Amino acid sequence: MATVSMTVNGKHVSADVEPRTLLVQFLREHLRLTGTHVGCDTSQCGACVVHLDGRAVKSCTTLALTCDGAEVVTIEGLAKDGRLHPMQEAFRDNHGLQCGFCTPGMIMSAIDIVRRKGHDLDEHTIREELEGNICRCTGYHNIVRAVAAGAQAMKGGEPLKKAAE
Amino acid sequence: MYAFDYHRPKSLRQAVNLLAKVEDAKLLAGGHTLLPTMKQRLAAPANIIDLNGIAELAGIERKGRAVVIGAMTRHADVAESPIVQEAIPALAELADQIGDPQVRNRGTIGGSIANNDPAADYPAACIALGATIITNKRKVPAEEFFTGLFETALEEGEIITRVSFPLPSKAAYMKFPNPASRYALVGVFVAKRGAEVRVAVTGAGADGVFRVGAMEEALKARFSPKSLEGIKVPSKGLNSDIHADADYRAHLIGVMARRAVANATGKA
Repeated sequence: MATVSMTVNGKHVSADVEPRTLLVQFLREHLRLTGTHVGCDTSQCGACVVHLDGRAVKSCTTLALTCDGAEVVTIEGLAKDGRLHPMQEAFRDNHGLQCGFCTPGMIMSAIDIVRRKGHDLDEHTIREELEGNICRCTGYHNIVRAVAAGAQAMKGGEPLKKAAE
Repeated sequence: MYAFDYHRPKSLRQAVNLLAKVEDAKLLAGGHTLLPTMKQRLAAPANIIDLNGIAELAGIERKGRAVVIGAMTRHADVAESPIVQEAIPALAELADQIGDPQVRNRGTIGGSIANNDPAADYPAACIALGATIITNKRKVPAEEFFTGLFETALEEGEIITRVSFPLPSKAAYMKFPNPASRYALVGVFVAKRGAEVRVAVTGAGADGVFRVGAMEEALKARFSPKSLEGIKVPSKGLNSDIHADADYRAHLIGVMARRAVANATGKA
């Protein structure tokens, strides 16, 4: 066992874990933050995407111990004071989901797209940038709309967190 | 994934010492090949030495007529680097085509090169640009570094620290990606530096990255897509799988090479 400490959704957490524990297992099984999903478990589908020091990563392909000292944000960390994040709101408004399994990863990736590409996103850019997220309900059309609307809604919000250098 | 002992050195020296000391160790960089391989139990190292805590291994700098990239620099950082975009835009574009955004946020140049996957993108850039792979022990020309399928010249206890890319006068990378994995079915990196022209192919060769001499000679005479017309790459020694057979890959090499030269000359 080894001790790992990190900040998850603004809270300091620390636990003893087996070295082979993946970040997604740590989040789901130790912290009971089950909004982050495991889909393919082979870094293809993006259901497990979280922000690690401000960048979208696949938590099924990251060791928890690698994240020692890091800042992690999961889907549970987006809503503030009972209000959904603008990107979450946009997914609801645009019906950007069907079964919802891929949605947490889609939203975490979408916020990362805004960080890198800005608020004015055309459809082509969104579709290219969602390459690492798979929806098996067929629902890309509304997801793309939701990302575009969410990116606009994020204008004037809190400044986007810069990626750690 | 089988259990292992975990080590997180803070400096290159500590990492080198650990590598010499602990048995059956693997270096962990971005982890996007090693961890999936361990999940499948195709690899089961007793010790993992995590390089993510070593700040000195990451970073990009311009050194005279070369761009030097630290081994732990992420693909996303190479793609977004103003230094790389200005000095070797083809290299930034290559990095931007690896995997997907989340993979690019984790994967590293050193990890990719050390793994030498026959369908990885960076080996083609290293060979075509005439890069030098710098380790804790020595400097290895890219030509001598990639020795076969997943094989490199790295010795026991050796760690890649940086990769130095000399600036080309013209260069471009064209890739036909596997639509699912985004690995190259065929990727061709073309680079011209002075009178020297190199054409390096990834994704196609059964032994990994290779150069196409006939194309290089034709492009030395005249650096134009037209020079490549009629040059056929033999399909012998090329990969054949469910995604593409050897004949198709041979054909794609010609197409990608012509597009790369057109792109490098600004006529795409």
